[in-house]
Amino acid sequence: MKPRLLEIRNLHASVDGREILHGVDLEVNAGEVHAIMGPNGSGKSTLAQVLAGHPAYTVTEGSVTFDGKDLLAMQPEQRARDGVFLAFQYPVAIRGITNAYFLRSAVNAVRKARGQEELGPLEFMETLEAKLKLIGWDDSYLSRPVNEGFSGGEKKRNEILQLAVLEPRLAILDETDSGLDIDALKTVAQTVDRLRRPDTATVLVTHYYRILTYVLPDYVHVLSGGRIVKSGTKDLALELERKGYDWLREEAAVG
Amino acid sequence: MTSGIEAQVLQPYKYGFVTDIEADVVPPGLNEDVIRLISRKKGEPEWMLEWRLRGYRHWLKMAEPHWPNVTYGPIDYQAISYYAAPKVKPTLESLEQVDPKLLETFAKLGIPLEERKRLAGVAVDAVFDSVSVATTFRGTLAKQGIIFCSMSDAIREYPDLVRQYLGTVVPQTDNFFAALNSAVFTDGSFAYIPKGVRCPLELSTYFRINASSTGQFERTLVIADEGSYVGYLEGCSAPMRDENQLHAAVVELVALDDAQIKYSTIQNWYPGDEAGRGGIYNFVTKRGKCAGRRSKISWTQVETGSAITWKYPGCILQGDDSIGEFYSVAVTNNRQQADTGTKMIHLGKNTRSTIVSKGISAGHGQNTYRGLVKILKGAEHARNYSQCDSMLIGDQCGAHTFPYIDVRNSTAIMEHEASTSKIGEDQIFYCKQRGISGEDAVSMIVNGFCKEVFKELPMEFAVEAQRLLSISLEGSVG
Repeated sequence: MKPRLLEIRNLHASVDGREILHGVDLEVNAGEVHAIMGPNGSGKSTLAQVLAGHPAYTVTEGSVTFDGKDLLAMQPEQRARDGVFLAFQYPVAIRGITNAYFLRSAVNAVRKARGQEELGPLEFMETLEAKLKLIGWDDSYLSRPVNEGFSGGEKKRNEILQLAVLEPRLAILDETDSGLDIDALKTVAQTVDRLRRPDTATVLVTHYYRILTYVLPDYVHVLSGGRIVKSGTKDLALELERKGYDWLREEAAVG
Repeated sequence: MTSGIEAQVLQPYKYGFVTDIEADVVPPGLNEDVIRLISRKKGEPEWMLEWRLRGYRHWLKMAEPHWPNVTYGPIDYQAISYYAAPKVKPTLESLEQVDPKLLETFAKLGIPLEERKRLAGVAVDAVFDSVSVATTFRGTLAKQGIIFCSMSDAIREYPDLVRQYLGTVVPQTDNFFAALNSAVFTDGSFAYIPKGVRCPLELSTYFRINASSTGQFERTLVIADEGSYVGYLEGCSAPMRDENQLHAAVVELVALDDAQIKYSTIQNWYPGDEAGRGGIYNFVTKRGKCAGRRSKISWTQVETGSAITWKYPGCILQGDDSIGEFYSVAVTNNRQQADTGTKMIHLGKNTRSTIVSKGISAGHGQNTYRGLVKILKGAEHARNYSQCDSMLIGDQCGAHTFPYIDVRNSTAIMEHEASTSKIGEDQIFYCKQRGISGEDAVSMIVNGFCKEVFKELPMEFAVEAQRLLSISLEGSVG
C-alpha cells in the first residue's frame, strides 16, 4: 500500500470571521496527483492557503495530518522545511533581491533545518542549470529581482522553478494554469509532470481541464460551497468540462 | 494567528556600556567664560577664541528651530556640560601612553587602535567625549603629504589651512545648532589631501560619547585639493542612559577642481528604549562645497540610531560640471524620530545631483524626508534626479515626505520619483512558505529595499550596515 502523506479531516476554516471551509475531507497518498476543481468562491484557494499556514485564515475545527504529524501545529516555515510547497496564485515581488539569492536562501533554510550543509553560490548554480532548462529559461532570470516586472506568465513559471529547486514532498499548485498561454501552459504542466515521483504527491487546484491533459490526475474532487461534493477519476474532470458546475450544485441541494 | 508585529522584544543596544574613567568635566552651563576655558584647555591661538565668541554671540540672538517634523521637550542649554575629557591627555605619537581603558573601549566597539590589530586599509581618528584620543596611520599618510589629525592638533599645527577653510561651507551663523557648535566645539577630525593625490587609505573617525550630562560637539573639516580623491567613513555610538544627550556636530567638505570626496556615515547613537526614554538628539549640519570645476562630493548615510535625527547633508555645486550625490537609509523604530534629507544647491553650469533616500519606519517611529533642490539663475543645464522611497512596518508608524524644488533657470531638467510601500504579511508569508524564517524575511526585504544605497558604501561598511539594520529592526515583525 502507498503511504498516506496528507489526511484532512472535517476541516473548517474562516477568514475575517466568515467561515469558508465547512468540513473538508481529503486523503492523499504518496505518488498520487489529486485535482481539486470547483467554481469561483468555492474555497479552493482557501484550502491551499490553510494548508500552507497563511496567518489570515483561522482553522476552527478539524485536523490535518502530514506524514503522520499535526500540520496545523506547525509554523508556515516549518511546514515548508518539512516538504510542503505552495505555488501561489498571486506570487509577490521582492524588490532588490535577485531570484538566485532568494532561491538559494530558501534551499539553504530547508537544508539547515534538515541538518545538511548549506550550499555556496557556485555549488548552488550548478544544481540550478538543469532546473532552469526544465522550464525553458536562460540564466538571465536569475539576476532579476524576485517577480519584479515579471509578466503573469513569468511569475507562474517562476513558481514552478522554485518547485523544481525545492523538491517538496507535497506540492500544492494554486491555479498555476491561469493566466498562461497555451505554450506556457504546456511547458509548466509538463515540468510538473516530470517532477512526479513515487514518494511525493501533488494537489492541483484548477478551474480548467486543460492542465489535466498534461498532468494526469489519479483523483478529481469537486469543491463547492466549502465542501468536497464529489470525487472521481479523470473522467469527472472531463464531465465538468462539458457540463460546468451547476448540475453538481443542484445535485448537492437535492442530496 | 497574527503576524506578531511589535510582538517581540527589541534586541538590546549592543554598544550601551559605560567606560569607568576619570574625566575632566567642565561644570554645566554656557557663557563666554566657559568658551574661554575650553579654548584655553585646548591651547588655542587667539584667533580661534575670537571665532568661537563670534559664533556664541550670534547664537544668543537665535532661536532653536522648531520646523522639523519631530517633537521633544525643551533643551536646557545651561544644564549641559560642554567639555569632558579623559584625565590623562594622551600624546598622539605614542599609543602606549593612552589609558588602556580607552583602548579597550574602542576595541570593544570593533575599532582596535593598536598598531598590530589595526583595520587594514582604514586610518582611524578616535574621539572620546570631547577629545581625540588617537589617530592611526598618521605617519604613513604624511609621507604622501596627506594631513589626517584631530581638529585640535590641526588648529595648532596647520593654522593657515584651518583659517582658510573653517566656516567657509557652514558659517558660524548658518543655523542655531551650527552656531552653538562654532562656539563650543571640542574636537573632530581634520584631513587635507594634496594636489593629485589619491588617498591610499579610507580615512575614518569614530565618535564615542561616554560621560553623562554632556553634549558632544565635534567639528570635522575635509579638504580635497585639485585632482585628489578621499573616501571618508564615520561611525558613532553612546552608552544607554535615561537622559537625552545632545550631539550637535558640523562637518564641512571642500572639493577643489577635479577633486572627489566620498563621505559615508553609519550613525548608531543610542536610540532610547521602547518607551522613548533616553537617547541621543542628533542635530547635525553637514555640507560639502564643490568649489572646483568637475569636482564631486558624495554623501552616503545609514541612520539607525538616535532618539531624534535632524540632518541634511548637502552639496553646494559651485564649480561648473560638478556633481553632488546623496544616498540615505534612515530607520526609525520604537519611538525614534528622524527628519532628514539633503540640500542640493546648483550654482555652476552643467551641475548634476542625485538623491536616493530610503526611509524605513517600524514600531511608533516617525520618518520624514525633507529635501531641497535649488537651481539658481546661472546654473545652465543643471540636472537633478530624486528618488524617495518609504517603507512601513506595522501600522503605528509614519512616513512623511517634503521635497522642495526651486528652479530659477529654465534649462534645468528635474526628475522626482517617490513611493511608499508596506512590508505586508503576504510578502513575509511568501518567504516563510519557502522555508525562510520571519526575521530573515524582513531582513531580506529591507535589504532589497535599501540596495541602491548599500552598494554605495565601502565593502566592510556595507556588511556592518546590513547587520545594524537587522538589529535595529529585530523584533519589529514576528
